[in-house]
Amino acid sequence: MTPDVSTVVATVDTAHAVAVDPARAEAALALADDRSYLRAGSGIRSWLLTTDHKRIALMFFVATLAALVLGGTFAMLLRTKLLTPGPGFVEPVTYNRLFTLHGVVMVFMFMIPAIPAVFGNFFVPMMLGAKDLAFPRLNLASFYVYVFGAALTLWGMIHGGADTGWTFYAPYATTSPTDVAPVAIGVFVLGVSSIMTGLNFIATTHMLRRAGLRWFAMPMFVWTIYATSIIQVIATPVLGLAVILVALDHALHMGIFDPALGGDPVLFEHLFWFYSHPAVYIMILPAMGVISEIVPTFAKKHPLSYKALALSSLGIAFIGFLTWGHHLFVAGISQFDAAIFGAMSMFVAIFSAIKVFSWIGTLYRGSITFNTPMLYFFSFIYLFAFGGMTGIAVATTSLDIHWHDTYFVIAHFHFIMIGGTLTAFLGAIHYWYPKMFGRMYPERWGLVSAGLVFAGFNLTFVPQFLLGNAGMPRRYYSYPARYHMLNVMSTLGAYLLAAALLITLIYLVISLRWGRRASPNPWGSRSFEWRSPSPPPVHNFLVPFDPAHGPYAYDEPPPETHGGEAPPEAT
Amino acid sequence: MNEFLRRLLHLPNQSSSIARDIDALHYSVILMTMAGVTLAAVITAIFLFRYRRRNAAIPLTKKIAAPVWLELLVIGGLLGLFGMWWVIGFSQYRTMQTPPADAMPVYVTAKQWMWKFSYPSGPTSADELVVPVGKPVKLIMTSRDVIHSFYVPEFRIKQDVVPGRAVTAWFQAIAPGTYEVLCTQYCGARHSFMRAQVIALAADDYARWLDAARAPLALPGAKGDGQATAFRDPHANSLVASTADAEDVRGPDSRGQPTTLAERGHRIAAERGCLRCHTVDGTPYIGPTWARAFGRRRATADGGEVVVDEAYLTQSMMDPRAVIAAGFAPVMPSYQGALSPDEASAIVEYIRALADAPPARPVPPPDGDITSSPARPTP
Repeated sequence: MTPDVSTVVATVDTAHAVAVDPARAEAALALADDRSYLRAGSGIRSWLLTTDHKRIALMFFVATLAALVLGGTFAMLLRTKLLTPGPGFVEPVTYNRLFTLHGVVMVFMFMIPAIPAVFGNFFVPMMLGAKDLAFPRLNLASFYVYVFGAALTLWGMIHGGADTGWTFYAPYATTSPTDVAPVAIGVFVLGVSSIMTGLNFIATTHMLRRAGLRWFAMPMFVWTIYATSIIQVIATPVLGLAVILVALDHALHMGIFDPALGGDPVLFEHLFWFYSHPAVYIMILPAMGVISEIVPTFAKKHPLSYKALALSSLGIAFIGFLTWGHHLFVAGISQFDAAIFGAMSMFVAIFSAIKVFSWIGTLYRGSITFNTPMLYFFSFIYLFAFGGMTGIAVATTSLDIHWHDTYFVIAHFHFIMIGGTLTAFLGAIHYWYPKMFGRMYPERWGLVSAGLVFAGFNLTFVPQFLLGNAGMPRRYYSYPARYHMLNVMSTLGAYLLAAALLITLIYLVISLRWGRRASPNPWGSRSFEWRSPSPPPVHNFLVPFDPAHGPYAYDEPPPETHGGEAPPEAT
Repeated sequence: MNEFLRRLLHLPNQSSSIARDIDALHYSVILMTMAGVTLAAVITAIFLFRYRRRNAAIPLTKKIAAPVWLELLVIGGLLGLFGMWWVIGFSQYRTMQTPPADAMPVYVTAKQWMWKFSYPSGPTSADELVVPVGKPVKLIMTSRDVIHSFYVPEFRIKQDVVPGRAVTAWFQAIAPGTYEVLCTQYCGARHSFMRAQVIALAADDYARWLDAARAPLALPGAKGDGQATAFRDPHANSLVASTADAEDVRGPDSRGQPTTLAERGHRIAAERGCLRCHTVDGTPYIGPTWARAFGRRRATADGGEVVVDEAYLTQSMMDPRAVIAAGFAPVMPSYQGALSPDEASAIVEYIRALADAPPARPVPPPDGDITSSPARPTP
């Protein structure tokens, strides 16, 4: 539902009134609130058929949170089984299906769309001063394609019970007695949604920047979403190709990957990782973008080396395409290939280290307030650096031989995926919650649950590093008794992590209705999205912002905020 | 120090010749990276505290640009450190991936969900690999069904076992004992139960075990551990061997089984018609000769070069047109599905045994035109 011209004009007038006459601010605020995107239309059709990027973002929010709950439930079942070394409450085949479900749901339905499709969708147009994404209907379509792909995948899992692992390695996946094709096609469809989202962001960043907004004046989050989108558009087709070929091989015995029919199973590994390694950067780059927004806001300082932060995102996106072979060090690739892929993988760490260096440097001589997003930032710095450094360790060819396909690798990528992406996702929820919903979350609950997430995470995954050192292979239903103690610790940690996430979910839902009303700019940020009322109106801004006041210009007087009281930093 | 860190990090015992070196790099990488991470976290914590907002009236700090020298120092320092690990790691990786020339070969066949080990001198065993301590062992591995992975934590070795290919790994046990083999590539319902044992025996114990294992095979003159020199093909000149020839020459033993793996390979090669095109005396025929081929370089039709090893030989059986030897027509059919992995291993071992076969006659130039020269020698 789009307001007609007169409504927009009236809105602008109201905003001017606020600037001119502070006495009317209260009334104007109420008026602006009425016209927020949340109230611009009512009824189920106004949501399901909307082309407003903010509403689509919220629909993605609900869908990805559902995926997180689902994938997390499977993780809890897996960890519960691993409490005992021998046979447990599930059969081996059921266990194998559970870890396949956990991987597929978490990777393709949660991690990949989580930050771009929710926060990217919501804030990229606002940060660029656009009214919407470049292709609003494509945006809505990408949501339904996602829902269709997710439904197809889940139906396929329940109906056919694929047990291939999320990696679909041939020839196991092409000869598995279970039904692989529906899941493979579902993953393909999810990939299409991902491409549509990426395409939209690239076009939006190029075409819809507000006049006067230079590339190197954009908020950092836009840079990371842009870099992510490039990977999504270029790499995802290769995943689509690989999983469709697996489905064809499984259904029609075409012999593409199955050596018994003349195929090459290692070719599948190359194709799969050509996507799935860059996919790691699809997951972590937006997380880096969130952190790059949170740090300057709470430190009240311009980021240290803006250009290095911006360009390192593109560097990661580029180098990320040249590292896939480090998943194949023990698969029988040549020594020359191993040398090249090992060296390339180290460069990713250099770009990531530049970012960490810049975030920490931004704090230097800042004026730091410590809210829940900052606690998530601190947690992120530690866990991401830890995960990244163990990435250097597994990129060292001789060391990887011992660690490959053990719990060390599991712990390493969960440090990046959960310690990095999920932590930043939670940070993003708390950081932008006031803007998205116009309400505050309870600060004390936020800090406590962030602390519990950190503790639960470490208790879950630090023992898994040691399990990997001790040699416990991944995807093990039954394990030698010597690994028992560490597995019990890990499972207890997983329960703590799940409880902490549940607490977070509960208070966030409660705050939707009973939270304190948020001002337009509760954190005193200078970034563009905060120059609009909370929650924003349908067209994002009552008055277009002036990009001459940059998103990190903390050494200048604060710019005018339209549609609410002055930022609290002045009080 | 080594022992303390090994226990701290929960690493298994160091029971192979390479394990200690690998762990030394492991310690340095883990300790330095963890120190770096801790430093980053501590600095962050100090900044968060030191620069907390105390008074809103204090003006905000202006933009600070990181000095270029500091940026270069951070990037250069990390590059240097990572580069050093890469160099050491890769040189170790080369050692781990290149079996020593004197390694004792054992053929490994993986299938859902067991490991089978075949010794060149004949014996085979399921889920139990007996090796001598102090001698390098080269595993020539293939899979009958899906990808498996051979992993012995105490040896710090791991190798994916790919169907349709021969892949190699090697290790040298340094202490007698029993070490668990774990499959690390997900291979189906009983993946986590696919375990085997490496039993490392002292040299004399190993010799006794080998004798006992070979006893049921009851072979005249079979001795030693099956090194290439143990095998001599008395009919090295036979170019066209039929099944009848093979039966005649080799003869099955009383249990209907030839003695060594190479001899089985010879019989299979004869039965399957390999020897109709490949000679075993050094003469090129329709296909390249098998004599004195193994371990040597060979020119390929596309102008490159290939080392004749287990991987190349297996590929040539399963996908003969992938690499064509220079001077030969691409006429060989694929034996994918026709030869079982066991049979392919036996033929590889046979060709390996022919690596030092004495020349029966002057070898014609390798680029001789097979269509014009009378290839079939006079008997």
